[in-house]
Amino acid sequence: MSQVALTTRVGSGRRRRHASASGATWGSPATYLVATVLIAICIAPVLYIIIGGFRTNSQITVDPSGWPSPWVVTNYLSVLASPVFWQEFANSAISAVSTTIGAVALAMMVSYVIARYRFAGRNAMYALFAAGLMFPLTVAITPLYLLIKNMGLTNNLLGIILPQIAFALPTTVIILVPFLAAIPKELEEAAAIDGAGRISFFFRMVMPLSLPGVITTGILAFIGAWNGYMLPLFILNNAAQYTLPLGVQAFSSEHSVDTAAVLAFTSLSMIPALLFFSIFERRIVGGLSGAVKG
Amino acid sequence: MSESAPALVTRSSGSQAARDGALVAPSRADRPRRRKADWRQRLEIALLSGPAIIVFLTFVIFPVFMAAYYGFYKWKGFGVPTNFVGLQNYLTIFTDKNFLDALSHNGFIVVASLVMQGPAAIAFALLLNQNIRGRSLIRVLIFIPYVISEVIVGTGWGLMLQYQGAVNSMLTSMGLGAFKVDWIADPKIAIWTLMVIISWKYIGFAVILMLAGMQSIPDELYEAAAIDGASYWKIQRWITLPLLGPTIRVWAFLSIIGSMQLFDLVYIIWGQYVASTAGTSTMATYMVREGRLAGNYGYGNAVGVAIFVISLVIALTYQRFVLRRDTEGALTGEPGRKRR
Repeated sequence: MSQVALTTRVGSGRRRRHASASGATWGSPATYLVATVLIAICIAPVLYIIIGGFRTNSQITVDPSGWPSPWVVTNYLSVLASPVFWQEFANSAISAVSTTIGAVALAMMVSYVIARYRFAGRNAMYALFAAGLMFPLTVAITPLYLLIKNMGLTNNLLGIILPQIAFALPTTVIILVPFLAAIPKELEEAAAIDGAGRISFFFRMVMPLSLPGVITTGILAFIGAWNGYMLPLFILNNAAQYTLPLGVQAFSSEHSVDTAAVLAFTSLSMIPALLFFSIFERRIVGGLSGAVKG
Repeated sequence: MSESAPALVTRSSGSQAARDGALVAPSRADRPRRRKADWRQRLEIALLSGPAIIVFLTFVIFPVFMAAYYGFYKWKGFGVPTNFVGLQNYLTIFTDKNFLDALSHNGFIVVASLVMQGPAAIAFALLLNQNIRGRSLIRVLIFIPYVISEVIVGTGWGLMLQYQGAVNSMLTSMGLGAFKVDWIADPKIAIWTLMVIISWKYIGFAVILMLAGMQSIPDELYEAAAIDGASYWKIQRWITLPLLGPTIRVWAFLSIIGSMQLFDLVYIIWGQYVASTAGTSTMATYMVREGRLAGNYGYGNAVGVAIFVISLVIALTYQRFVLRRDTEGALTGEPGRKRR
C-alpha cells in the first residue's frame, strides 16, 4: 500500500506525453509477440484458478493442466450456496468499506489543515505522516496485537478496521495534500466574501473539487483492506469474524483434497477486488503513471 | 525519525505543493478581530487534525515504541512484563542460526528481486512505451497480479506447483518430464520458486512505474535525437535510460524495503515449519513463529525491532549513497527545486 502512494509522486510535476489514440500504430509483429507472451504469463495463473474451478477433482487428478471437459458449475454453485462464504464476504466488505471511509475522512480533514492552514508545526504534522511510511505493519504487528487484545477488540472487526485506517493514513495524506493545496485561493476568497467560513468552504467546495484524489486514495485503501492478511491473521481467531483471505486459507486447509472446490472458492473471493480494479483501473494505473496532478 | 527515508522521497513534490498551498491560504492574522480569529483557527486545526493524529499515533507509532520496550523482557504476553533481561533477547536473535538463515534469505530476495525484475521491467516498459494499439489494455492486464491478494496468489501457485500439479504435468506433456522437480519442498529449488512468484506478482508494478518515468521524459529530447539521426537503440541508451535514473532508484528502494518485510507469500505457501526446512523463511516468518506462535511475546517484539533497525539502516544507507542526488532539494529544503 505505502509503496503505491510513494510512486504517484514520481511522475508528478513533469510534463506528460500526450499519446492520442488516433496516433497509435500497429507496431511490429515482434512487439506483439513479446507483449502477448508477457500477458500470457501474467494472467495464466489467474485463469488456471478460475478455469480450474469449472473442473471436477477427477479431471484435475488425471490431468492437472487440462481444460475442463465437461465444464461443471457445481463447485461454484456450492460455494455460492455456502453461508460461510457469504459471512466472510460480508466481513471483508464491512472491513474494507469502513477502512476506506475512515481513512479517507480522517485524511481529508488532516490534509486540509496541512494544505491550507498556516501555523507552527504544520511541517512537523506532514513529516509525522510521511515518516509513518517507515513503520511497516510487519514491525508493529506483535505489539499491535497486544494493544488490540488489551482494548478487548480481538475477534471484532473493529480490531482490524482501526489499525487498517491508521496504516492507510500516511499514503492517503501524502496523496491528498497536493490535491487540496492546488485548489485556487480565489475560490476561497470568493467563498469568504459570500460569508462562508473555512469549515463550510471545506464541505461545499473542497470535498467536490478533490474528488479525483479521494477516489484514488479510496480505491487504494479498499484494495489494501480487502487483500489484507497479516492483521486479520493476528487479530481474528474466531471463524465467524474471518475475512476472505483467512477464509480462503481455512477453506483450502479444510478441503485440501477437494482441489476443485478450493479453486472455485479462491476465484470467487478475488472477483470483488478484480471488479473494483477493472471499474477504476484508469484511476489506479493513471494515478500511478503520474496523471495525478501534484 | 521525521527525516526517515521514504519521507524524503516524497517530500520534494509533496511538501513543495503543501508550501504553495500555504501561500494560497489567506492569512487570518491580517484581518480585524485577530484574537478571536486566532482562537477559532486553533480550534479548527485541533478538531480537523485531532482524530487522524490520535488514530495514527495509537495504532502505528505507539506499538513500535512498545515493541522496543517489550523487547527487553522475557514475557509471555500476560500482565505487566517484569522479567527484565536487558539485551538478552537481541543476543539470542543474532546467535540463532534460524534467524541468521532467515536474514540471509531476505538478503538473497533483495538482490534477486532487483536483478530479476529491474531489467525485465525496463525492457517491458520500453516495449509498451511505443505508441501501439491496445497499450492501455496491456497495461491493465499486467497489473492484475499486483491487485490480487497474496493469499490467492499463494493458494493458486501452491496448487499449480505441487509435485502432482499443473506445472509438472505441463512439463511432462511438453516432453520435458526430466525437469519435474518438487518446486516447493526441495530446499535447492524453493527459494527460486519463491523468486518466480514474487517477480510474477510485483513486476506489473515495476513496469507501470518505469512506464510512468518514461512518459515524463520531454518529447523534445526524442525529436532532437531523431533529427540528429540517432537509431532507436541509441536513443533508448543515451536518453531514456539516463533520464529514467530517478524512477529506477525509487523503484529499487521500494523493492528493497518490500523484500525485507516479506511475510504473506512465504507464510501462506510454506507455512511456519516448512519455510525453514525449504530455505525460504524470512525474518518476518521467524518473528511470527518464535514470537506469537511460541507465546514468547518479549522475544517476538525484539525480533520486530531487529527487523525495523536492519531495514532502517539499509534504507538510510541507500538514501545516503544512492537517492541523495534525487532528494537533495528536499533535504536542503531549497524551494522550487524539482527532482530530476
